[in-house]
Amino acid sequence: MSSLDRRPPVRRYEHGSRVPGWDEAVDLTKPPATVPDPALTPVPQELRERIEQLMAQYPNPKSASIPALHLAQEHHGWCSPEAIAQVACVMRLTPAYLTSVASFYDMFALTPKPKHDVYVCTNITCSLLGADEFYEHMCAAAHGHADIGVRGFECLGACDIGPMASVNGEYVGPLNEDDAQRIVEDLEAGRPVLEHKQLRHRAVADPRGRVAEWSGIDPVGQEGSA
Amino acid sequence: MNQHLLFDRIDEPGLNTIPVYEKRGGYGAMRRALAMPPAAIIEEIKQSSLRGRGGAGFQMGQKASFLPQGEMAKYLVCNADESEPGTFKDRELMQKCPHMLIEGIVITTFGTGIHHAFIYIRGEYQLQAQILEAAIAEAEAAGYLGENILGSGHSLKLVLHRGAGAYICGEETGLLDSLEGKRGNPRLKPPFPAIEGLYAGPTLVNNVETLSTVPTIINMGGAEYAKIGTEGSAGTKLISVSGDVQRPGNYEIELGIPSREIIYGLCGGPRPGREVKMWFPGGSSSPVLLAEDLDLPYDFDTLAKAGSMLGSGAIIVVDDSHSALEVARKVTKFYSHESCGKCVPCREGTNWTHKMFARIESGEATPMDLDIVASVQNQIMGNCLCVLGDAMAMPIASIVAKFRAELEAEIEAARERANALPLATLPQAIPVGAH
Ligand SMILES: Cc1cc2nc3c(=O)[nH]c(=O)nc-3n(C[C@H](O)[C@H](O)[C@H](O)COP(=O)(O)O)c2cc1C
Ligand code: FES
Repeated sequence: MSSLDRRPPVRRYEHGSRVPGWDEAVDLTKPPATVPDPALTPVPQELRERIEQLMAQYPNPKSASIPALHLAQEHHGWCSPEAIAQVACVMRLTPAYLTSVASFYDMFALTPKPKHDVYVCTNITCSLLGADEFYEHMCAAAHGHADIGVRGFECLGACDIGPMASVNGEYVGPLNEDDAQRIVEDLEAGRPVLEHKQLRHRAVADPRGRVAEWSGIDPVGQEGSA
Repeated sequence: MNQHLLFDRIDEPGLNTIPVYEKRGGYGAMRRALAMPPAAIIEEIKQSSLRGRGGAGFQMGQKASFLPQGEMAKYLVCNADESEPGTFKDRELMQKCPHMLIEGIVITTFGTGIHHAFIYIRGEYQLQAQILEAAIAEAEAAGYLGENILGSGHSLKLVLHRGAGAYICGEETGLLDSLEGKRGNPRLKPPFPAIEGLYAGPTLVNNVETLSTVPTIINMGGAEYAKIGTEGSAGTKLISVSGDVQRPGNYEIELGIPSREIIYGLCGGPRPGREVKMWFPGGSSSPVLLAEDLDLPYDFDTLAKAGSMLGSGAIIVVDDSHSALEVARKVTKFYSHESCGKCVPCREGTNWTHKMFARIESGEATPMDLDIVASVQNQIMGNCLCVLGDAMAMPIASIVAKFRAELEAEIEAARERANALPLATLPQAIPVGAH
C-alpha cells in the first residue's frame, strides 16, 4: 500500500467534484449543445437583421458577439438561454461559447434582472465622498420595487460627480440621501431621472474650456455643495 | 504657459457637429495631412515626442514606426475603455469634441497605411457612444471617412465598438481579444500588437487623448509642439482630479507645472480645515504620494523618479478624514474583482490581499500580516501576464510602506473592538523572510 492510499478520503459531492455547484448551469445527461439549427430557432426579424449588420462591420464576424449580446439583452431583458440561442443561431456559434463570453462582462445578466438598472459607483473616489452610505439609501429606497435593480459598481468614469450612479445608462451626481427617493420616483413615473444632476448637462471644470452660452449645469456654481 | 489645445472652449454648443467644429478650423489638419507624404506625418508625430496618454506613456511616433510598412491588413484601435479608477478625461473629449478624435484617427491611419480602425468604448459610456456614432455617420456623409477620402486615395472604415464592463479590456491585448469577440483575457507579450495584434495583423493601439492630439501636432508642427511642457514630457495633458478637492473635474495643464498648483490652484484643495493626506498622481494604479510631494512638477519623469507615475493623468486626493486602511481596502477590492483570472499571481494575489485587509478590519490581524501583504505585493510585481496585478501591488505596497504606523494602530484598535488578545500578550512572531 503506497502512502497515497492512506490519505484521508476527500469529501466529494454527488457529481464527483469537490467544488459545490460547479455544474449548476449544465445538465450532464444531455448531449453538448451545438450551433442551433435555424429551422428550430426562431429569431425575431429585427434582431436578426441588426446582428447581421453588426457582423458585416468586422473583418471577422465573430467580433460582433459583444454588441450582439447587448442587442439580445435589450430585446429579451436579460441574456436568457433563448436570447443566447438566437445570437448563436445568427452568428453560427455555440451557446456555450457565447455564455462564456457573456459571463466575463459585468453588463450582461445571465439570470433574470429587473427592468431598470441602477449602478451605484462604490469605487475609491465615490466612496471617499460617501458612496457606501448612498448605496444603502438607494437599496432602501428601491426596496419593494421589483422592477428596480440596484447594484454596486466599479468606477464608472465620472468621479467628478461622485458619489454618482448610472440609472439606465444616464449618469447622475453628486448624489445625496434624498436623491435615492427621487430616482425611484422618477423611474416609476417614467420621467428623465434627476434631470438637474445629469452629467450630460454639466460644463467642463477647466475655466478655459467654458463658454458664456452654456445653458447647463455650471459646476462652479455648486462649489462646496458636492 | 496658457496653452490650451484640446479643451479650448470645449463647451461651445454644437461642437460635436461638423459645422461648428469646422468653423474653428476643424478638419483643416486632416486636409493638410492628406497632402503630405505619409512618412512625413509619422515624422511630425515623432518630433513632437508625444507620449501615450493612456497610462504607459510610450512615445506614439515610435510605436507607429514599429508597424510594418506596405500594404497589408493593418489595424488602428483607439482605446476608449477608460476604466482606470479616477480617470474621466476621454469621456469629456468624446462627448464634446468627437470630431477631433475622428480627425486624429484619419491622419494617423493615413500616415501608417491603415484602412480599418476601431474605437473600443466602454459599455457604460452610452451617451458618449451615441454621440460618437452620430459623429462617425456625419463624417462619412461629409466624405471624411470611407472610400478615397477627399480624393486623396486614402480609404478608412471606422467602427465604434461597445464593450460590456470589464476593466481588463483597457489593457491593450485584453482589449484586442474582446474586440475579436472573446473573453477579454490579456495575451502574453511579445509579440506586441504592433507586430501581431487584432486578427493577428499589425495593430496600433492608442488612447483617445493621444489620437485627439494628432491634429494639433499637424497644425503646429511637431517641433513646435515639443516646446510645450518639459523636455521628457512634451505638450499639454488632460487631467481628471477627483476626491477631496473643492473643484473636481477635468483640466488641461501644461506638463511640468507644480502639482500643488493643480490640487490647490485649479481645484481649490481639500475643504477648509482639511489637509491632503495622500494623493494618487495617475489613477488608482499609481503608488501614492504624500503632502510633502505636492511641490513636485507634474510630468512623466519627475513622478517616476519620485517612485510613482503619471499614468492616465488621474489625480485622486484623499484628505485626513480618511484612514489609509479604508483606501487600501477599496483599491484591493476593485483589482480582485477585475482580475481576469488567467494568471496565478494576479488572481490569487489580488484576492488574498483583499482578504488580508478584511482580516485587519475584523480584528484578526497582527502586524505580521502587514509584512505578508508587503511580500505578496513583491511576488506580484513583474510576475503577471499583464500589469493589472502590478496595478494593485504598486499602490498597496506604497500605502503599507508609508502608513505602516497608522495601519498597526488600526490593527490594535480593531483587535480591541473584536475582543481579541492584545498584541503585547502574543508570542513574538518571526517576520516573513527572516530565516
Ligand atoms: C489593466 C490595464 C488597464 C488599462 N486601461 C486603459 C484604459 O482604460 N484606457 C487606455 O487608454 N489605456 C489603458 N491601459 C493602457 C493600454 O494597455 C495601452 O498602453 C494604451 O491604450 C496605449 O495607448 P497610448 O500609447 O496612446 O497611451 C491599461 C493598461 C492596463 C495594464
Ligand atoms: S470612483 Fe465613482 S465614478 Fe470613479
